[in-house]
Amino acid sequence: MDILIYGTINSMALAIMALGFALVYGISRVPNFAHGALYVVCGFVTWSLLRGLGLNYLVSIFLAMIITGVIGALIYQFVLIRVRGMAISEIIASYAIGLAILEGFRWWGFKGMTYTLPVFVEGSINIGDIPVDLHRVVIVGICAAVVAFLWLFTHYTRIGLALRGMAQDERAALMLGIDSDFMAVVAMAVGSMLAGLAAVLLLPLGNIVVEAGYNVLILAIAVCIVGGLGSWMGAVLAAFLIGFAQILTVVYWGAHYQMVVALLAIIFTLIFKPSGLFGRQKELEERV
Amino acid sequence: MNIEERRKERLDRGIKVRTDGIYAIMSLRELSYLTMPRLVLIVGLLILPLVMPSMYWQRVISIVCIYSLLALSFDFLAHFVGLVCLGGAFFIGIGGYLAAILNTYFGMPPLLTIPIATVVGAGICTLLLLPCLPLRGVYFAIVSLMYPLLMARIIEALNILGGTDGIVGVDSFANRWIEQYFVILMVLLFLFGMRRLVNLDIGLVFRAVKDNDQAVRASGMSITFYKAIAVFIASAMGCLSGACLVHIYMWSGISQFALDFSIIPIAATVIGGAGTLVGPVLGCFILVPISELLRDFGTLRIVFYSLILVAFIVFRSEGVMVYGQRKYHQFERWVKI
Repeated sequence: MDILIYGTINSMALAIMALGFALVYGISRVPNFAHGALYVVCGFVTWSLLRGLGLNYLVSIFLAMIITGVIGALIYQFVLIRVRGMAISEIIASYAIGLAILEGFRWWGFKGMTYTLPVFVEGSINIGDIPVDLHRVVIVGICAAVVAFLWLFTHYTRIGLALRGMAQDERAALMLGIDSDFMAVVAMAVGSMLAGLAAVLLLPLGNIVVEAGYNVLILAIAVCIVGGLGSWMGAVLAAFLIGFAQILTVVYWGAHYQMVVALLAIIFTLIFKPSGLFGRQKELEERV
Repeated sequence: MNIEERRKERLDRGIKVRTDGIYAIMSLRELSYLTMPRLVLIVGLLILPLVMPSMYWQRVISIVCIYSLLALSFDFLAHFVGLVCLGGAFFIGIGGYLAAILNTYFGMPPLLTIPIATVVGAGICTLLLLPCLPLRGVYFAIVSLMYPLLMARIIEALNILGGTDGIVGVDSFANRWIEQYFVILMVLLFLFGMRRLVNLDIGLVFRAVKDNDQAVRASGMSITFYKAIAVFIASAMGCLSGACLVHIYMWSGISQFALDFSIIPIAATVIGGAGTLVGPVLGCFILVPISELLRDFGTLRIVFYSLILVAFIVFRSEGVMVYGQRKYHQFERWVKI
């Protein structure tokens, strides 16, 4: 029973980490390796607004997410757009930006136990006979809401439909008058805001540390690859797969193996089915 | 409005054209035009340890050479075979751990551990990477980026091979001169060896694999076989540098699987000039000393070279070496259209 509950919570957390990455890759085909850095940026901005300026918690979360979105859009507009289409340059450039941000924070003395965000709701409830913090319940609720919102957004709004059109066929979208560069910037901004949302949801469970950036990046990549790069619903399903696999290994083997599971998942998925379990990409593009 | 339209015209220098053929041996000037760049590199590398002011900088030279070998292997795999391997740390780690194990557990001297670690390590790397070889582009890049991380986590989780402390008490080289000249000679050997290799028949096949793998397959050659050979050669360089690193630092640990060893060679290749083989070595000789000079700033140096990397990749993706070669072989002038 507790495996079921904590598995669901872990899966939802993974899903929210990965959605931003999946969204950006799905639309602009840019693997955003700065994802983890944006995650930490949003956590830090929230912290400084909350503690430094003494703003309301909700207001600072909101502002921090917007700032993260703007940073993401700027990174895309000024750097990534110039190397678009050259897969390796995209990876190296976005990874270098992420590295610069994360190590910049580390140099700034941003480490240790002092940086924590408060939880949204104190206390815990019992589901069956297992105690669960209310905060984790809130996480599951918000993640489910975000997934539902994204689905509605991409199916029923104009800009969402344009994004999906871009993802499916960029040339056709261009012919229909969709500005693909602008849409890619929008996608990057939304993806960064999702990374930020993940940060404000998940960081209250622990400290804000630089290492979190690297771990979030690896987990997001793991989820997206297992789900199939570019497939959003695949990412959500894969999040459940990896989430439960992680909880099971923690219960039966030990917490050390949590990351090993994610990395093995990446390697085995890529070896046996590079387009992911739920991906729909062409076989010929990815392997000989 | 009378806007004069101009474009830059590039022409080969006369001396370059002459030295392409048999006329190269006609005069001293042509001879030196051909041999100077090579001589400058070889002699420069050989006297470098003698002119270094302190032991610290001599150590830096050894580290530069280790990164150079790694960058050379990255450049070879990425630009001559088409496998973008972001996991240089994997080669370093495997080679390093092998050398450390052979030295501390079996008591072999560095003279034996380094060749064994090179060959056996390359074999292990090739075997482990074999299932991923059919992957292309981004997929191979991501999977190779994950390998070193996975190895580090496994060693940490199973607490084998010294766990997080690493293996200590590895023998060092007999003295620092042997250490430096060994790595420098290895860099020169592999540099000129690789330049020769990519122009042999097998090098032609490698480049064909990169440019059009279906054509290679249509010629009845196994793509995976040739990719495996290329990975063996590249990982041999990586494992060699890993083994040397372990003997220089007298220690082997998880940090050899760290991202540093994957990132710096890539940065050096981008800055030095991709696909030239000399460029990456040059890039290492630029980047690593800068990063040593900035050591006082702590992790700020990582920020610094990440930004250099971004700037180069976005604005000057050809690299220093390609630029230099162009200036050496060609002259430019503006012509009216």
